[in-house]
Amino acid sequence: MIYLWAFIVGGGICLIGQLMFDVAKLTPAHTMATLVVAGAIVDGIGWYDPLIKFAGAGATVPITSFGNALVHGAITELNRDGWIGIITGIFDITSAGISAAIIFSFLAALAVRPKG
Amino acid sequence: MDDAYSFKDHQEEGTIIATKSAGQNKYKKMSMSPKEYQNFAKTREPSRSILANCVRAFLIGGLICIVGQAISEVFVYGFHMSRTAAGSPTVAVLILISVILTCLGVYDKIAQWAGAGSAVPVTGFANSMCSAALEHRAEGLVLGVGANMFKLAGSVIVFGVVAAFFVGLVYLIFGIEGH
Repeated sequence: MIYLWAFIVGGGICLIGQLMFDVAKLTPAHTMATLVVAGAIVDGIGWYDPLIKFAGAGATVPITSFGNALVHGAITELNRDGWIGIITGIFDITSAGISAAIIFSFLAALAVRPKG
Repeated sequence: MDDAYSFKDHQEEGTIIATKSAGQNKYKKMSMSPKEYQNFAKTREPSRSILANCVRAFLIGGLICIVGQAISEVFVYGFHMSRTAAGSPTVAVLILISVILTCLGVYDKIAQWAGAGSAVPVTGFANSMCSAALEHRAEGLVLGVGANMFKLAGSVIVFGVVAAFFVGLVYLIFGIEGH
């Protein structure tokens, strides 16, 4: 059942992105930035966690979860270490995604010759 | 994907041409006002039905999320992780898959068909970094790969971090004990 909801919620977020491309005529970069900020705000209100419980990867795979994870890290360390946690905690959870993307992309650039 | 969404570029090009023709009389054949040019450009735009684009984005985006769900189930049941702990390795595996597909040239083909469906998931984030790294490889490792990797992904990180900072600030000021 969680697969169905992952499909519907994840597809729905992508559909919103497509509407921002086609209807609002935003560039991909503007769309992604807007979605990340939206994810951060939704988590700030406290609605992203219920969405993850409900839709699983449908909520964690789209880029909105990046904003959610940034806020999560900041708030967790804010509660634990006080005000400095906002700065130190932001990349706490997203480290996996960013580090993996940097490392794999760099290795790919070393190993692969671009086509064309 | 850039090709499919280059409408903005066309618009800017149009205004530049129009002002040149108004200023110098050098381009006499281009006797259109910017408005006329925009209408002209609209007729020449390849027509992609918005509905078809949305269906494609929904299908591919949903499929990528199903793959993500399957990978996280492997971590939960195969490696006995909690659901939250399984999130990070799941994202890392998806990024690895995306980088491999980008190197093979497959991801760009999917992206052309799927539009936002392949751009919005975290795999699109990795694709933008990897393709920038590959594209600028010829300029060297430091100035090419290092300097250009975040060309597209950078805006996501910058706006994400700034937004998260302000949300954290609101929590701090109002003393909310969240999460």
